[in-house]
Amino acid sequence: MDVLGKIKEMLADKLGMSADEITEDSKFSDLGLDSLDLAEMLMNVESEFGVTVETDASLDTVGALVKKLESLLG
Amino acid sequence: MGRRVVITGLGAVTPIGNDVPSFFEGLRTGKNGVAAITRFDTSDSKCKVAAEVKDFDPSRCFNKLTAAKTDLYVQYAVCAADEAVTDSGIIGNVDGDELGVYVGSGVGGINTLCEEHEKMLSMGEHGISPHFVPKMIINIAAGQIAIKYKATGSAIDISTACATGSNTVGEAYRAIKDGYLTAAIAGGSEAAVTKLTIGGFVNCMALSQSTDPNAASLPFDSRRGGFVLGEGAAIMVLEEYEHAKARGAKMYAEILGYGSTCDAHHVTAPDPSAKQTIRAIRIALDGVDYDPAKTYVNAHGTGTKLNDKTETIAFHEAFGDGAGKLHVSSTKSMTGHMLAAAGTAEAMACVLALNEGIVPPTINLESPDPELDLDYTPKTAVSADIETAVSTSLGFGGHNACLVLGRVK
Repeated sequence: MDVLGKIKEMLADKLGMSADEITEDSKFSDLGLDSLDLAEMLMNVESEFGVTVETDASLDTVGALVKKLESLLG
Repeated sequence: MGRRVVITGLGAVTPIGNDVPSFFEGLRTGKNGVAAITRFDTSDSKCKVAAEVKDFDPSRCFNKLTAAKTDLYVQYAVCAADEAVTDSGIIGNVDGDELGVYVGSGVGGINTLCEEHEKMLSMGEHGISPHFVPKMIINIAAGQIAIKYKATGSAIDISTACATGSNTVGEAYRAIKDGYLTAAIAGGSEAAVTKLTIGGFVNCMALSQSTDPNAASLPFDSRRGGFVLGEGAAIMVLEEYEHAKARGAKMYAEILGYGSTCDAHHVTAPDPSAKQTIRAIRIALDGVDYDPAKTYVNAHGTGTKLNDKTETIAFHEAFGDGAGKLHVSSTKSMTGHMLAAAGTAEAMACVLALNEGIVPPTINLESPDPELDLDYTPKTAVSADIETAVSTSLGFGGHNACLVLGRVK
């Protein structure tokens, strides 16, 4: 599964919704995640992908997170 | 005198029913909420039974994301508050600044504490959830309820162990009576059926080690061997009488008095003289005109020998010659000991007695302790014209709390 697919799957599971409802443009705040939810999500992402993600205000959409992960993963 | 305070909403999640109608039906019919523990493997525990909440579905109040970051004790509290607030119709009829929250817990989020501790041991600091602290802390039920209902008045957690649910209602009553609030969401919540809590209570010799659910929670019975751990939440909406009357609210009962004292004697054992329990009852009854034959007393009645003995002494002293006429029972025979939720749930049993003329029973009371000489309403509910109801709650730490309720006149 590609990075986008995995992130959508993780979010869908956390939110109890279908992965089809989540797109690259989805903002985390619009999905209902607050700052602590996002912090927990990033911890899970780090464990899943084996990388360290610096928290950054620009990481506000699914697409931005996917792009960041793809650059970290090379 | 202060202002009059009435109960205008009820909500409950209990071992004998997950809402007020089913809780009341359980009290009327003498339903036993005690059963084999399902939450953990008890093979190496001396304790085998508890009064767990059954088939609780948090989705009635929480989506998946929110449920996952909310401890079970808060889920119980919010669901009970939701039922009480909806029942009362208070929201939209009172300014948020005039609405308080007095909701406490004895233990707080111990399920969360245990889960996160395991994660820390296996993964180190990185494994600890960012939600850990706000999910576990003992004031967060009050905080979450305040957020949900925009209750911007005083939001306070009171933690007086097994007396919590009477102290929260009593202190909310005083806040309304004295004009600090117009209404309050008040009660207690507990979700502590864990291996750690059970083990702690076993080792301090407080829990029944019976394996028979019908012979485990045995207040006033010579076979008793300690209490049975229960759980759940009970929440009421309290409201200033004139405010409730003006909006045509349903009024379940009036709070006529509240007493709060401390034994200042021992961390777990009650003062054998019951001096401060007596004083709490007397303070609560001060100025209340009551007929002992028309009075229901919901005893703390945990099923420990010391509690049974000292509480019976207290009722004799506080009610004098009328004690023998009282209708006494312990609903913990059905619900187990809901700890912080107990006092409020038992005040609701008083509401049932006042409004329906039904005295809930002390079920399974087959072999009364010959040293105890009051009418403990054994086995089945009885019909009686109840005009006044008294609920006592006594907690580790020596906390004594007493509420007196009456029909709204």
